[in-house]
Amino acid sequence: MRTDQYQGHDYYMMDDLLTDEHKLVRDAARAWVKKEVSPVIEDAFEKGVFPRNLIKGLADVGAFGPYIPVEYGGAGLDQISYGLIMQELERCDSGLRSTASVQSSLVMYPIWKYGSEEQKQKYLPKLASGDMIGCFGLTEPDHGSNPAGMVSNFKDDGDHVILNGAKMWISNAPFADIAVIWAKSEEGRIHGMVVERGMEGFTTPTMHGKWSLRASDTGELVFDNVRVPKANILPGRSGLGAPLSCLDSARFGIAWGAIGSALDCYDSALRYSKERTQFDRPIAAFQLQQKKLAEMITEITKAQLLTFRLGQLREAGTATSAQISMAKRNNVDMALHIAREARQIHGAMGITNEYPIMRHMMNLESVITYEGTHDIHLLITGMDVTGENAFK
Amino acid sequence: MKILVCISKAPDTTSRIAFTDNGTAFDENGVQFIVNPYDEWYALVRALELKETQGGSVTTVTVGGVDCDPIIRKALAIGSDDAVRINTDPKDSLFVAKQIAAYAKDNAFDLVLLGKETIDYNGAVVGGMVAELLDVPFVSFAIKMEVNGSTATLEREVQGGVEVVEANFPLVVSAAKGMAEQRIPNMRGIMAARTKPLQIVEAQDVSTSTTIVRYELPPAKAAVKLVSADNVAELVELLHKEAKVI
Repeated sequence: MRTDQYQGHDYYMMDDLLTDEHKLVRDAARAWVKKEVSPVIEDAFEKGVFPRNLIKGLADVGAFGPYIPVEYGGAGLDQISYGLIMQELERCDSGLRSTASVQSSLVMYPIWKYGSEEQKQKYLPKLASGDMIGCFGLTEPDHGSNPAGMVSNFKDDGDHVILNGAKMWISNAPFADIAVIWAKSEEGRIHGMVVERGMEGFTTPTMHGKWSLRASDTGELVFDNVRVPKANILPGRSGLGAPLSCLDSARFGIAWGAIGSALDCYDSALRYSKERTQFDRPIAAFQLQQKKLAEMITEITKAQLLTFRLGQLREAGTATSAQISMAKRNNVDMALHIAREARQIHGAMGITNEYPIMRHMMNLESVITYEGTHDIHLLITGMDVTGENAFK
Repeated sequence: MKILVCISKAPDTTSRIAFTDNGTAFDENGVQFIVNPYDEWYALVRALELKETQGGSVTTVTVGGVDCDPIIRKALAIGSDDAVRINTDPKDSLFVAKQIAAYAKDNAFDLVLLGKETIDYNGAVVGGMVAELLDVPFVSFAIKMEVNGSTATLEREVQGGVEVVEANFPLVVSAAKGMAEQRIPNMRGIMAARTKPLQIVEAQDVSTSTTIVRYELPPAKAAVKLVSADNVAELVELLHKEAKVI
């Protein structure tokens, strides 16, 4: 692995829109990533393991629930700060960002928004400090884009419920201490609850054979007559809207994260094109390479503007799910396209782990599918503008 | 121990360097500024380490305008207790040294730490001037510093080895690579920096002693001359007559 020479790119002086604290948060995350993660990420990806010794550092740079209020151990930062941290993590690796996204948006967020005061006090400070890692269970083997069809369910058993079912494609599952999972009551209503490692009948088998997000651990959650105390059920909200609101938060982070991947690919391609000489000239001097690079920075700049505005809306509490869908869909597609173009600029070197391009490209194939597929997000926009539901 | 750390802003090393006002001033347009790395990585971090082991306080001082506030906030986020900004446009080294010395004199610090130089103007003289103005010892380019009661033991890198120096407090030390390791501000530090005091102090009326006539960029890099591997005679000739290095 080469030295991480990454520099940010800010064609439209977006930094002028950020506060000094935003820049401090972003630059601290970037410095930490360069020092602690860049030197080990290729190896972790190749071995297919999440480097767990990074958890403390992730907590220190505020990657775990930065917008959670200070009284629950969070940093009390705004939504744009959250986005910037996700951007810097995914600039290095989507798997690294996934681990932080899940902890923040899919575990801490629902406990903060829908948990009881006791649940917040019990879990949030430990999740913020990285002393506890969480995962989120919504997707099932037979229910991905259609989570309402889930079969995981629980039955009343006095002061407990008996939980049965299985969840699949769960980031952090193999080593998580707790899982925020969604299952149907006997009345068919979806509820969230916290399942803790060690509860009898709860297992988290690791999923192998991924060619993507290899530096992030993925597993299943299996519930075989698990007795979960009723005190672990999130009392604040039920129905599919509850988990979907968590996905809004995570997708918002992904929209920022994808810009990070795109920036890294562009940065590497730009540098390589200036250094690589063919026909006695740097390849950056050839029109076909310039077309690729010019289109890349144009698309990155558009995505930066779109996402910054989304950050303002999100901070104001007015961002709609459909607006978040548009940004997630646009930015991940943009990043994947840039990864492919950047791979071409790097020539044969682009397929090696000397450069981050193939790793980003492989990762983004997951990112474009998880948290709402590329197609589903299109239908969300379609439904939003036409008022017609084309899902089924 | 009461420690004062001098913090200066410096252009990010990737900045494009240009000049304005007929080549007499650095063009700051579009330039990103950072904390001068020698001040941040070595002086500030060693000061924090000393505070952690000896107790006391760490104050940073910066001579500059409101545009310095972001780098001051970063120093607070890394861990200094409070900060002072002497509100004036820094003119030259003696001007800056007099501002810092006046503040340091009024506030009786045991130790003034600063980087060995700034990475923009590379003067490396402010520390010595501050020490002289305060009439206290100065140790320059220190790579190590230990404290034992009222005495500091310092190491300086000298040609072919190390020089070990002892000096009594109060003392001014300029820090070089080796003194400490860079600390990345963590989230708790960034949050704490919001409420740490940043005091704005009016500048002393000091006249400047030098005037900038002009800045010049180094000549553009010439093309590489390739000499074939079997033509050693030509290589030697070029190194001798053209490059004039042998």
